[in-house]
Amino acid sequence: MTALHAGLGVALGAGSLTALAGLLVPRRARTTVVGAGLAITGAAALLAGIAAMTGRSASFAVPDLLPLFGLLFTVDPLAGVFLAITGGVTVAVGIYGIGYCRGPGDGQGHDHGGLDARGVQAVLPLFVLAMLAVPVAASVGTLLLCWELMALTSLLLVIAEHRRRPTVASAGRWYAVMTQLGLVAILIGLSVFAGHAVDGSFAALRAAAPTLTPAVAALVFVATGIGFGSKAGIVPLHAWLPRAHPEAPSNVSALMSAAMVNLGVYGIVRVGFDLLGDTGAAWWWLLVLGLGALSAIYGILQAAIGTNFKRLLGNSTTENMGLILIGVGAAGFFGTAGDLDLAALALAAALLHLVNHAAFKTLLFTSAGSVVQATGRRDLDELGGLNTGMPATTAAFGVGALAASALPPGAAFVSEWLLLQALIHGLPATGVAGAIVLPLAVAAVALTAGLAVATFVKAFGIGFLAKPRTPEAASATEGPASMLVGMGVAGVACVALALAPTLVLPTIGSVAGATVGAGDPVRIHGLTIELVGTLGATVGSLSPLMLTLALLIGTVLALAGARALATRRAARAARLWDCGGGPLSARMEYTATSFAEPLQRVFDDVLRAEHDVDVSHYDESRYLVQTVEYRRRVPDRIEKRLYDPVLRLVAAWGQAGRKLATGSVHRYLGYGFYTLCGLLVLLVVTR
Amino acid sequence: MTGLVVVVQLLVVVALSPLLIGMMRQVRARMEGRVGPGIGQPWRDLRKLMRKQPITPDGTSVVFRTAPLVLVATCLVVAAVAPLVSTAALLDPVSDLFAVVALLTLGTVTLALAGIDTGTAFGGLGASRETTIVALVEPTLLVAIFALSVPVGSTNLGAIVGATLADPAQVLSPVSLLAAAALVVVIIAETGRLPVDNPSTHLELTMVHEAMILEYAGPDLALVELAASMRLSLFLGLLANLFLPWGIATGGDPLLIGLAVPALVVKVAALGALLAAAEVFLAKLRLFRVPELLAGSFVMGLLAVGASYFLA
Amino acid sequence: MLALWRKIRATGRVAEPAPPLPPAGEVPDRVRELRGSVQVRHVDAGSCNGCEVEIGAAFGPVYDADRYGARLVASPRHADALIVTGVVTRNMAQPLRRTYEAVSDPKLVVAVGDCAVDCGLFRGAPGVAGAVSDVVPVDLRIPGCPPRPAAIVEGLRKLTGR
Repeated sequence: MTALHAGLGVALGAGSLTALAGLLVPRRARTTVVGAGLAITGAAALLAGIAAMTGRSASFAVPDLLPLFGLLFTVDPLAGVFLAITGGVTVAVGIYGIGYCRGPGDGQGHDHGGLDARGVQAVLPLFVLAMLAVPVAASVGTLLLCWELMALTSLLLVIAEHRRRPTVASAGRWYAVMTQLGLVAILIGLSVFAGHAVDGSFAALRAAAPTLTPAVAALVFVATGIGFGSKAGIVPLHAWLPRAHPEAPSNVSALMSAAMVNLGVYGIVRVGFDLLGDTGAAWWWLLVLGLGALSAIYGILQAAIGTNFKRLLGNSTTENMGLILIGVGAAGFFGTAGDLDLAALALAAALLHLVNHAAFKTLLFTSAGSVVQATGRRDLDELGGLNTGMPATTAAFGVGALAASALPPGAAFVSEWLLLQALIHGLPATGVAGAIVLPLAVAAVALTAGLAVATFVKAFGIGFLAKPRTPEAASATEGPASMLVGMGVAGVACVALALAPTLVLPTIGSVAGATVGAGDPVRIHGLTIELVGTLGATVGSLSPLMLTLALLIGTVLALAGARALATRRAARAARLWDCGGGPLSARMEYTATSFAEPLQRVFDDVLRAEHDVDVSHYDESRYLVQTVEYRRRVPDRIEKRLYDPVLRLVAAWGQAGRKLATGSVHRYLGYGFYTLCGLLVLLVVTR
Repeated sequence: MTGLVVVVQLLVVVALSPLLIGMMRQVRARMEGRVGPGIGQPWRDLRKLMRKQPITPDGTSVVFRTAPLVLVATCLVVAAVAPLVSTAALLDPVSDLFAVVALLTLGTVTLALAGIDTGTAFGGLGASRETTIVALVEPTLLVAIFALSVPVGSTNLGAIVGATLADPAQVLSPVSLLAAAALVVVIIAETGRLPVDNPSTHLELTMVHEAMILEYAGPDLALVELAASMRLSLFLGLLANLFLPWGIATGGDPLLIGLAVPALVVKVAALGALLAAAEVFLAKLRLFRVPELLAGSFVMGLLAVGASYFLA
Repeated sequence: MLALWRKIRATGRVAEPAPPLPPAGEVPDRVRELRGSVQVRHVDAGSCNGCEVEIGAAFGPVYDADRYGARLVASPRHADALIVTGVVTRNMAQPLRRTYEAVSDPKLVVAVGDCAVDCGLFRGAPGVAGAVSDVVPVDLRIPGCPPRPAAIVEGLRKLTGR
């Protein structure tokens, strides 16, 4: 009974029991029991994932559970990474949910949010179990079953608050349709693949991969890529992400952003590197890289100019998934060019970024949820000044924002450093294609990093600092202790990953190496990360811990110097310098919209904001203005260009289809008869 | 003796950065027909500011109070690890070009947050403009670093400077020249010099860096001003040693270090004087013309990378 | 650009030679803490802008007050001295007080021009709240309507001591 088996067993058992408890336990203790159960499930999954990453693997089969095929599960190191991530996120979110689900909902006069209802609390553990099951699925049928389970449970959770806001229902519809379309794409891809193999198990698919023609392999990759990419929130199939995240409860948003979207990346890595193996063509991976770069820039641009707090974080998820896919695409590209060590490095960078993203996105969503619950406001333009009333949440969001903006000593700095190192070392091996694509990829990563800095300075500065812009923001107070503990768990993970990525990097490096078929790309020397070149010489090194210590020592030196040299010590409290005129009101502060306005102007060609000005006059005189209303909307241009025509086409098709239903029974019988005749003719002709 | 290198670099950068600013102001004054207050005036200003009473404006938080300290700390760390007088670094794992650039960006970010924290419109204005410029400068910066690292195969600062020392003819290659041109524009944008930002403006609507620090007084202001001068000398020192490394020591030998310090001072002073003289001829660009300038420098960076592959 | 360069070469130095150092006079002792560096913030409390033109000339190339260590700054928090011009109108009384409070110690106030020193022409006018010394404590007076730039520079040199 190894740690892996124990962990998986406890996770499964605890998860099921928690789901049952969610149905049976009375309301008063429900969230506590479910939260504790989720924490146990998560911890067990985390342990199992770590055990799997370090080399253990296991297989289980449950035959005959479903007609035609049974369930097949295999835990390998790659699956272990995703198990560990999902488990870790669940621990933090589970503890957070104890207080959050009992909370006052959106704070606008409702007694409580309704999130402690049986439906929500019972489905949460099922969602977690489905997310744990997807990476360990080892056959097409199992994968599709678990994927659909995950989609259904997450849909139920997204629409949990549909009675309070009408926008929730619309978001739910978008999410449902796009998830199902993604499932169809994955189904097509994997079915075609399985059709060329002995049966649907992954082992058979791996064996059949070399026999596929390039066209079929491309079809499989692209079809599954569409489905998995949509789940990961990649442009142009990202439209559900910025809709679903603001409307879902914050603990569900955290789970979705930090654990569920990862499974899209898992799918692409599994199909591209593992199942299709060496049959990959360079253009596949360049496509992945290109879409990743586009998503990264587009996501962070939407986040940079957006003011809805949780929508901003959702767009940031698109951005980070884009960065991860840049790494995955680069890994595949280097693999097809023959440089497996570099491919392993790129994949390791992508996986490390996945881990870092899970940690800081959980932290960001949980603290955003606390803020939204405490103030009832979702718009950054209506927040501000929260550092006096909610200091712990402010600190937590600050840590998360530092991590998300990829600055040292944040967590994402290390993974972005690794990604950049992988990209810049790829130049010799990949020829002309690389010479054109890699600098553009580096530029995309850089622009994303710069815009991420702007976004999170805006989110943290406008949302939490200076003066409160509304009375609700002024009177905000911290939530219950369980919410703070949940945030604390995520915060500790962020800080640990920032200072000591050397704890996780060797295992992730070996997982990446195993996936592409090379050795370990990074070497750990004490507390330093070292990159090994082809000749064994060190081609780059970074020590985040040393950097942070140096910063701390620098700060202490600066403080000591300032204290020693300053002659007057006592500081005087003074009125804010407002040019001497009247007092500054909160209305005069910069808002998130004004902060992002220069960026919006610079990128106006991409964003194409829509302005509406309505001027209404007095009835008595057309020369006197009564009110002027100015509205600015930045639409999602990809949605307008891509989705609207498709939706119009589908609607037109549906309208045209009405003409078929005339109401005449003779006509309907005729349809059936003629179709059958046609099919028989077809069979005769093609036999 | 790499500890000696760190101490020497810290002392040189801290002591001489205000003199660099003073010299640049003198160059500008002389070209405008004035006499100017002398090279040592910034040190007099700093000394006087340390004697003033610290002020805590109402409604500001710990972010406002600690921003000058973190800003100076980032400059001190970069001064300690950058190859200014020697390519041998005590903290080699931090002496990476990406890490150095990210540290300097961290300093800008803390100042921007302090500007927002004041809750005044000017603070937000400065922060908004500064983060826009930082966001647009990043692609050029990282692509220029890419171009610099290709011939060497590493982004370690000591390795890049050492490679240029070993192969001096490389300085005149198209890669180097294009990367240098791109980096000059980046330095102007990051340190807030003309034509991107006017460091001596009094009109708040034209301010970028100055607007964020309107609320600082006394020792805090001294730290912010010192950090601004240190950033300029660090950027110019990196530019000098990446492209004109002659004079730099390759180890920890005290004699070589002693010779490297005057070499660094001469190079940085020359670059600073050139920059100041060029500023006399330039007017500040409209804020929304700055992205065009940065896009031009980005194209130069891309060409540098292309040249490093196709002409290698 | 070449034309500008040729003009710079042709013009050469514009600043007139520095006159001898003036005696300290009525300036308070805390001036000595400044030791050659005085940042000055200008406040127009209600002037006709005549004094502003002269102050502009004082900081221009001919008189070059910058060479004595005085510099104009944008924010009173960065300043050591306020130079106030004009008679203090009712609307500017409170802003002037607030500007004075925004400066950190040690601070000085210089009243430039007859209007600032003793209301000048506008004594008794309806919109006038008083001379500068009626609103904030004044440390140095530079009379004149308007005072010559040389007098303004002399006053600033009493502050910087250079």
